[in-house]
Amino acid sequence: MNLLVCVKHVPDTETAVRINLDDKSIQTQDVNFILNPYDEYAVEAALLLKEANGGEVTAITMGPDAAKKTLRTTLAMGADKAIHIACEHTADSGATAKCLAKAIKENDYDLIFCGKQAMDIDNAQVPVMLAEILGLPNISAINKLEVADGKATAHREFEGGVEVVETSLPAVISCHKGLNDPRYASLKGIMMAKKKPIEDSGCSCSVPDIEVVKMEYPPQRSGGKIVGEGVAAVSELVRLLHEEAKVI
Amino acid sequence: MKALVFVEQRKGEFRKAAIEALCEGRRLSEGGACVAVVIGSNVNGIAGQLGGFGADKVLVADNALLENYSTEGYTAALQKAVAETSPDAVLMAATAMGRDLAPRLGARLDVPVLADVTSLTWSDGLQAVRPVYAGKVLMTVKANKKGAIATTRPKAFLPKESDGRSADVQALEFGLTEVDIKAKVKQVQSEGEDMIELTEADFVVSGGRGMKSEESFKLLDNLAKVLGGAVGASRAAVDAGWRGHSEQVGQTGKVVAPTLYIAAGISGAIQHLAGMTSSKVIVAINKDSEAPIFKIADYGIVGDVNEILPALTEEIRKLK
Ligand SMILES: Cc1cc2nc3c(=O)[nH]c(=O)nc-3n(C[C@H](O)[C@H](O)[C@H](O)COP(=O)(O)OP(=O)(O)OC[C@H]3O[C@@H](n4cnc5c(N)ncnc54)[C@H](O)[C@@H]3O)c2cc1C
Ligand SMILES: Nc1ncnc2c1ncn2[C@@H]1O[C@H](COP(=O)(O)O)[C@@H](O)[C@H]1O
Repeated sequence: MNLLVCVKHVPDTETAVRINLDDKSIQTQDVNFILNPYDEYAVEAALLLKEANGGEVTAITMGPDAAKKTLRTTLAMGADKAIHIACEHTADSGATAKCLAKAIKENDYDLIFCGKQAMDIDNAQVPVMLAEILGLPNISAINKLEVADGKATAHREFEGGVEVVETSLPAVISCHKGLNDPRYASLKGIMMAKKKPIEDSGCSCSVPDIEVVKMEYPPQRSGGKIVGEGVAAVSELVRLLHEEAKVI
Repeated sequence: MKALVFVEQRKGEFRKAAIEALCEGRRLSEGGACVAVVIGSNVNGIAGQLGGFGADKVLVADNALLENYSTEGYTAALQKAVAETSPDAVLMAATAMGRDLAPRLGARLDVPVLADVTSLTWSDGLQAVRPVYAGKVLMTVKANKKGAIATTRPKAFLPKESDGRSADVQALEFGLTEVDIKAKVKQVQSEGEDMIELTEADFVVSGGRGMKSEESFKLLDNLAKVLGGAVGASRAAVDAGWRGHSEQVGQTGKVVAPTLYIAAGISGAIQHLAGMTSSKVIVAINKDSEAPIFKIADYGIVGDVNEILPALTEEIRKLK
């Protein structure tokens, strides 16, 4: 099978995010960037399929030069080759999806895997937009997958249950936590990744339709009070919730 | 301005979050029109009631092929609704459905989509505030194109009570055949009917690694029942297999904003906080007085969950 995984280079979730003086972007120096955690499930899903059916896994990212580090991570996990589209990240998923689609279009992939959401701008939109632009069906935010007989069947959660969705291939699938247990790159994998090819592809980004007006910090929560220790404090807590906070 | 609001229903019931989106559409459109869209099978009967929440008109796509949600089927219906109304903005709830549908429609119409917004304004264009970087930053964004779409975060917008008015209902006519839907729902596995959905619950009681076992989560089930709320879990509790993935709160789980959030045996890791710091009141129960969760909790009790939770449940039961 010919499999593609879209991966994004994002700040580590532990990072204390600092807004730049322009109030429109975040500081990136001294920030540790990683493979988007949801994309780990996507990479794993593609690798499992390749191991079961044969074929090839290509990873693609659109991002600054530094994003190649994230491609190396996917290669170390087991992807065969990678494509780097050199452009800056944008807050506009539409612009990102168009740019990715352009680079993907020429190739025939059986399945395109994405993460459910990029843990930076938290859009959760690129996979579905990509599917629409490529004219493919999509299943988003899946946590179970079976691929057989040219079809993919996936579970996707909604508020109040699970939908079992079946699609023909090719298709775009975005992966949620619970789908699998992503592997760590082995030492051997890391060594081998250094020799795997990363192809450079040009940026074709359009002017974004979404403009960032400003960024600010949310109001900080300050710690309240420790009501007390042990069971003795429970009645006072309930009194406070009832009379002071008025929530029960 | 003119707003078009997709109002999600399942099994003939409108989602709370969808009503919130509709009320926000009404507010945004002020003097202009607010048109609602309902999509499904056998939904003609319920469509009119949306007048009570401010819809001037309701467009209905009622078709057996639309009984279950499908990205392609629902997008086709909404595309038709947009073509008929040429709205200035399209709103829908940021639910599993809305988060799948909005980007598809946005890409099809080539309009921007503002995802999971917590506030909206209209001034010659759609502007929104969105939490980004897992809520560490609030980003104000503006759509530079007419007809932009926004998905509204559940519980971020205040719904109104219905004033009982009924709206004109009009059928949406468009061609749809089985082959148009390549990704189709084969089966829906519903949770218990009386389950309160985590993202919609007014009370959420979550347990972490400090709960120590699947068994002891019963204490939280009991507390949730007394409060009329839902149970959540930290990732540590989910990864231990004590609760399902659908109950995880946090950066890789759900974002909740209940009136009251109780964190039991949860340390307060930054990725957990990402999912619950918008709660109105936060209570922490932890045996370690230095646990970071106390830094953001409004009220805390230092103690053992196994002792505190039953006592708390009993005390609240007495109150009710
Ligand atoms: C990319 C990424 C995404 C993540 N996403 C999420 C997410 O969505 N949600 C999430 O929750 N985490 C997430 N995490 C994990 C997060 O970093 C923490 O590991 C996790 O939240 C810890 O869960 P916990 O608080 O239950 O466990 P711990 O940190 O182990 O805390 C257990 C707490 O219980 C207390 N305790 C122990 N026994 C008792 C007792 N008998 N009575 C009372 N208190 C007791 C302890 O004092 C301690 O404070 C993510 C991590 C990463 C890297
Ligand atoms: N710049 C990018 N390069 C490659 N893939 C991306 C990029 N942005 C988003 N994606 C993919 O789309 C998913 C969802 O991203 P988003 O819609 O930005 O939240 C990510 O998990 C990636 O799989």
